[in-house]
Amino acid sequence: MRLRNVVYFWREAWKSLRRNKVLTIASVSTVSICILILGMAVLMTANAGNVMKKLESDVEMVAFLDRALTRSQISQIEEQISRLDGVKSVKFVSRDTALARLEKSYGNKEYDLKSTLGKNPLPHSFEVKAKNPHDVPRIASKVGKIEGVYKVNYGQGVVERLFAVTKWVRAISLAFIVLLSLGAIFLIATTIRLAIYARRKEIYLMKLVGATDWFIRWPFFIEGILLGTLGALFSILLLAGAYSSLVSNMGSVYFIPLVTGGPILNQLYIALLAAGAVLGVVGTYISLNRFLDV
Amino acid sequence: MLVQFYNVSKIYSNGVKALDDVSLKIERGEFLFLMGPSGAGKSTLIKLFFREEAPTRGQIFIASRSIVRMKRSEVPRLRRNIGIVFQDFKLLENKTASENIAFAMEVVGANPKEISQRVAEVIEMVGLKGKENSFPGELSGGEQQRVGIARALANRPLLLIADEPTGNLDIDTSREIMELLFDINRKGTTVIMATHARELVKAARKRVILLDKGRVIADNPNGESIV
Repeated sequence: MRLRNVVYFWREAWKSLRRNKVLTIASVSTVSICILILGMAVLMTANAGNVMKKLESDVEMVAFLDRALTRSQISQIEEQISRLDGVKSVKFVSRDTALARLEKSYGNKEYDLKSTLGKNPLPHSFEVKAKNPHDVPRIASKVGKIEGVYKVNYGQGVVERLFAVTKWVRAISLAFIVLLSLGAIFLIATTIRLAIYARRKEIYLMKLVGATDWFIRWPFFIEGILLGTLGALFSILLLAGAYSSLVSNMGSVYFIPLVTGGPILNQLYIALLAAGAVLGVVGTYISLNRFLDV
Repeated sequence: MLVQFYNVSKIYSNGVKALDDVSLKIERGEFLFLMGPSGAGKSTLIKLFFREEAPTRGQIFIASRSIVRMKRSEVPRLRRNIGIVFQDFKLLENKTASENIAFAMEVVGANPKEISQRVAEVIEMVGLKGKENSFPGELSGGEQQRVGIARALANRPLLLIADEPTGNLDIDTSREIMELLFDINRKGTTVIMATHARELVKAARKRVILLDKGRVIADNPNGESIV
């Protein structure tokens, strides 16, 4: 592409934005509102995802061992578990440690369970974590078959339901974001169509004197990118301000782990900015093509 | 031979048969009137030249190239060789006379130096010197049509097509526009003009093609028997 043309395209785009001030403001506002809603949806999804991830990562299994096992048998079992596909970590919890934890969970040392019961009723156990929490039920059934393992516990039933819920939450938020994006594209396309409609005679003439489709498209695309980016910029400023005040006011109060990591949020804002530009281009493309059919 | 139509028919998607088995040949440098009542197919015929429409049947060659099988991407090159003049001028109201003319060259990617040179040239040619910076609203109908003609000439077309160029003008102004078109033709550009104005055609003594109901019903080298 020749530099002369590039200059021409930018100049035309800029002229058009200035000439149609009302439409420019309307388009930028449309993009702003769309990106704002989209951004809120993405932030909610990210936070829901964060909660789900946290809940899922808490899923682990405990394998209780038979009582009469020798040390070498125990380490053999440990070996066998850690060799299973998908196992991330295996941690041995002795019956004494288990008892101490139990006592601690009652709050203080006043309950001396050992002396109350006369003996430690708890078995040795392994705490097993999976690389992927979704594999826990599958791994648990394998662990249960190992000789010397008495029982495997992972919150059977509850875990399956949790996974079902997280799956639906993810699917619904994704569908929500896709629908919002489509809505945004159509809103923007409609607004841009007004701007193009106002210039249909110009486009018709360009076609008849032999301008190529791309020569006609470029200024409109640049216009779309500028509108989209500008609109996204406004909404990101608004969104970032609102979200950071939300985090500072709520973050410490609730148990919900809000997404606060700087890099993640920055990536999100950059993605929204890019989304604004893309929405602008796609909206322009949809509106423009039928005017080029001369 | 600049233009050849072979058995060209055009049926629109709504079933209207606009052209029916039209064959014609146009030599380089000719001046040709296209006449016929409203709905005879003049506009459709004109649109076929620069491929705003494609024929339903038949073959069209312009400068020995078939424009029927032409790809969409090749159409701009065809159109740069054809200048079009409209009845309603189709000038951009927010551009001056010279900007309107320059526009036709800008959008095909000509360089600015070439543009300003050529614009001055065609302004001179159509007799608009001194009106370069006037907006269309400040010009008379005849002057606006001169801008339209200058714009059509800007890219040095082989063929100038004028679709009722005097339709919105009074008779004296029409005669001036005719003189301008003859002048352009004398300098070598082939001109095709669709018109209803019998007296202009009669005075011109040029080739006339008469259309009726989509068919060529007469093709006369100097228009005698037709008007």
